[in-house]
Amino acid sequence: MEFKDYYEILGVEPDADQDAIRRAYRKLARKYHPDVSDEPDAESRFKDVSEAYEVLKDPEKRAAYDQVRSQPRGGAGGGADWGPPPGWESGFDFGGGGFTDADAAGFSEFFETLFGGRRRGPGAGGFSTRGADQRARITIDLDTAYHGGERTLTLQEPAMDAQGRVTQRTRNLKVRIPPGVTDGQHIRLRGQGEPGAGGGPRGDILLEVSLAPHPLFSVEGRDVILTLPVAPWEAALGGKVPVPTLDGRVDLTVPAGSQSGRKLRLKGRGLPGKTKGDQYVVLRIVTPPADSEDAKAAYRRLAEATSFDPRAHLYGGR
Amino acid sequence: MAASKTTSAEPLEPDTPFDLAELCGTCGVSAEWVIELVEEGILEPVAYGRRGPRFTAVAVRRVQTVRRLQRDLGVNRAGAGLAVELIEEVETLRRRVRMLESQLFGD
Repeated sequence: MEFKDYYEILGVEPDADQDAIRRAYRKLARKYHPDVSDEPDAESRFKDVSEAYEVLKDPEKRAAYDQVRSQPRGGAGGGADWGPPPGWESGFDFGGGGFTDADAAGFSEFFETLFGGRRRGPGAGGFSTRGADQRARITIDLDTAYHGGERTLTLQEPAMDAQGRVTQRTRNLKVRIPPGVTDGQHIRLRGQGEPGAGGGPRGDILLEVSLAPHPLFSVEGRDVILTLPVAPWEAALGGKVPVPTLDGRVDLTVPAGSQSGRKLRLKGRGLPGKTKGDQYVVLRIVTPPADSEDAKAAYRRLAEATSFDPRAHLYGGR
Repeated sequence: MAASKTTSAEPLEPDTPFDLAELCGTCGVSAEWVIELVEEGILEPVAYGRRGPRFTAVAVRRVQTVRRLQRDLGVNRAGAGLAVELIEEVETLRRRVRMLESQLFGD
């Protein structure tokens, strides 16, 4: 198990006071919060930061952690192979987990070894109650969003061990993603949430979808947008050009006299769904390099044949 | 534990209806808290029925975001309302920037 240096994660000195710890946490939480951040590793950074704050903001947990931290750890490599010291937890009582309201589902094995699993309150009612709904995020690629596909989710859920203590259990769930889900959409897995109490049914799982960036297409709702490079003569003279879509290649007719930035629509070629999306193709004219005598001569002939001035509008026609 | 059978997922469309109780159950929040968000103008019910305000799946995302912002960043209600709107705007702008960049510079 990897030792986690919570002070290093928050970027504070080991003797930092509670105010400094809170300030450091807030600053990093704003930076890496998955709702706000655009950093690729935001989610895991945010989990580390929350976990560090969960421990350091609580004087009792911090004291326990300081005691562990002050002991020699591992070999030359540092904290790669860490285990709790013998007699750990004798002076502290974290049985059942001393959690506050943080979302502890993603805390590390290191944290769980020191402070235990998440404490669960009793169910809402006395008798049989439906289990709680669980919420999670799922990142899928555009291909899966278009065609649908199968994914395996790994979920943490509470379970009772032989001594009647509540622990976290890992559960794998195979999910069929229907075709046509898009960024920010939620999908519901009925009856797959936390188990109910007293024989009550399981709750639901709600997954928030985010689409992984695609090298060619961008997505807006159910529409997909592709930038299509075209040669100057294709744009000027028009013609059919092959275009990749999510469902293979199609031929697109480029109208004669098109300019860079012209937007063309392939109806119904976006993501499927109740209202089917379209594919938009934005033309980008790419000029061939003048890297041979023939190419240079062709450019000179073009310049002579046209009275083209791309800057005419800058001078009011003068 | 090995995954055995496959679960089918049911996509929520932007117009999938949610009554107050369903919204609270799905998001794990109290009705009072949802009403506070309505009063703050963060959530807009699409109708009022016998079972209180009615929402769509769009509200689910907002509720989740506000809940996370309050829990993780200590943002108050008015601040969360502002943050949610800015986050949505930033998302739109980031998408547009990516699109324009690919149009201007290729890949």
